[in-house]
Amino acid sequence: MTMLPGATEKRLGLVVDLDTCVGCQACVTACKGWNDQGYGVALSDQNPYGAEPSGVFLYRVHSYAVQPVDGLAQTINFPRSCLHCEDAPCVTVCPTGASYKRVEDGIVLVNESACIGCGLCAWACPYGAREMDQDAGVMKKCTLCVDRIYNENLPEEDREPACVRTCPTNARHFGDFADPDSKVSKLVAARGGYDLMPEMGTRPTNKYLPPRVKDRRAEASLLAPLLDIEAKGFAGWLDRVLGKI
Amino acid sequence: MHPAPSVILFTVLSGLGFGFLALLGWGVVIPQGVQAFLVWGIGYGLAVGGLSASAFHLGNPQRALLAFSQWRSSWLSREAWASVITLILLAPVALSDWLGLGWPRGIGMAGAVMCGVTVLATSMIYAQIKAVPRWHHWVTPLLFLSFACSGGAILAGEARLAVLLSVGLAVVLWLGFFFGDRQFAARGASMESATGLGAIGRVAVFELPHTGGNYLLREMIFVVGRKHAMKLRMIAILAAAFGPTAVFVLLPMHVVTVLLAVALHLLGAFAARWLFFAEAEHVVGLYYGKR
Repeated sequence: MTMLPGATEKRLGLVVDLDTCVGCQACVTACKGWNDQGYGVALSDQNPYGAEPSGVFLYRVHSYAVQPVDGLAQTINFPRSCLHCEDAPCVTVCPTGASYKRVEDGIVLVNESACIGCGLCAWACPYGAREMDQDAGVMKKCTLCVDRIYNENLPEEDREPACVRTCPTNARHFGDFADPDSKVSKLVAARGGYDLMPEMGTRPTNKYLPPRVKDRRAEASLLAPLLDIEAKGFAGWLDRVLGKI
Repeated sequence: MHPAPSVILFTVLSGLGFGFLALLGWGVVIPQGVQAFLVWGIGYGLAVGGLSASAFHLGNPQRALLAFSQWRSSWLSREAWASVITLILLAPVALSDWLGLGWPRGIGMAGAVMCGVTVLATSMIYAQIKAVPRWHHWVTPLLFLSFACSGGAILAGEARLAVLLSVGLAVVLWLGFFFGDRQFAARGASMESATGLGAIGRVAVFELPHTGGNYLLREMIFVVGRKHAMKLRMIAILAAAFGPTAVFVLLPMHVVTVLLAVALHLLGAFAARWLFFAEAEHVVGLYYGKR
């Protein structure tokens, strides 16, 4: 049923560290690679080698330029995927029961054999986490690699989502937010992890860690003392004359 | 939002159909004999035709019956139930009118109320979506109900009622534009809240995650055609509301008069419904620096 469970035993999700993400898109590739052959239908591409290629991805990495009031702009890479919200609007709008949130671990999934492809869940999601597969006509979304994290055929170190496993800078962490002693809970507490668009009332499970405050030197430049040269002699006279004209 | 023709046809035609059926069911118009067959047929045709148009929007329409299962949480599911119950409730009334059986009107009145419930459920499919602030407002159900009532009265050729409801529709359309234009800001979503980076400073897109198009851009970040929004708003109000009003006031009552009024109303209704989607901005556009 598409009623939301009141509370889930575990709250599995990701912590994304915006301080260390370098925007390499490895998570995007790893995600597409794993989910192309795992849970549900393959993530289809349309016209992949043509003039206007398009396709389904469950992970997208944006880049933003953030301009502080004083100081230089910062480039911040921003991975965006399903946040496995506790109050997931994509679940309750589903007319068929295909969209559901698991009681045991809080993962939001789509039962593709019941999906009619109406697209209402994608409309309901503020984060653009759902993309319709144009070939199969069913909704695709992040499964938190449900077919990896419990998969006993994989070595233990691989039992985490593909995006987490592949990230070369460890900008992504996987764990249980219901456990206050888990790595992800501690990271959120230590670094001030926050929710995206809290005004939407979705209560996302995934948290984002803000970029650390950048060092700022007391003086503007190492060369600053050298720049303040007072011209003397002929050059000084020229400077004064030109200044008066 | 992408103004898909199937969804525009679905909402406009089924709304008009259920509005018309409500008048027939309530007994505002009581046709008889062959005329009853035709008139009820038009009502059923519009309602069912509109509902089936929505199936073209589906990726897997063969599983559409599953959409009846989640009435406890989903407005789309409730709409499916409400429409079927309404059409079943009104069937004996239509039969009675056609064959002159003279059966009591009570069930027809229940059916008329259910017509309203059906249109309300349709409107709530859109009004429930917080991520589209323009729709998430009480004016959305009012707008859908107003279109159904006025459209039904115009189609029924009930001149006085049609004029009254059309003027009401003009007011509701204007209210929709007035409140709609203020909803995105009122919702408080911004690029800063979407990324959570507002504490550092003003956020601008540096680079998009993909150079080509994708489902999100096509479906939710539809920015084409808003250039003529103001003209279309005028067309919507003039054609859907004031057009039929003028026709009924100026021309003598005749089938052609009714047809002209309906044609004008539909033109305005399609313009308004196209705008309803095209002007609606989804908050996901903020991630792309677009609205």
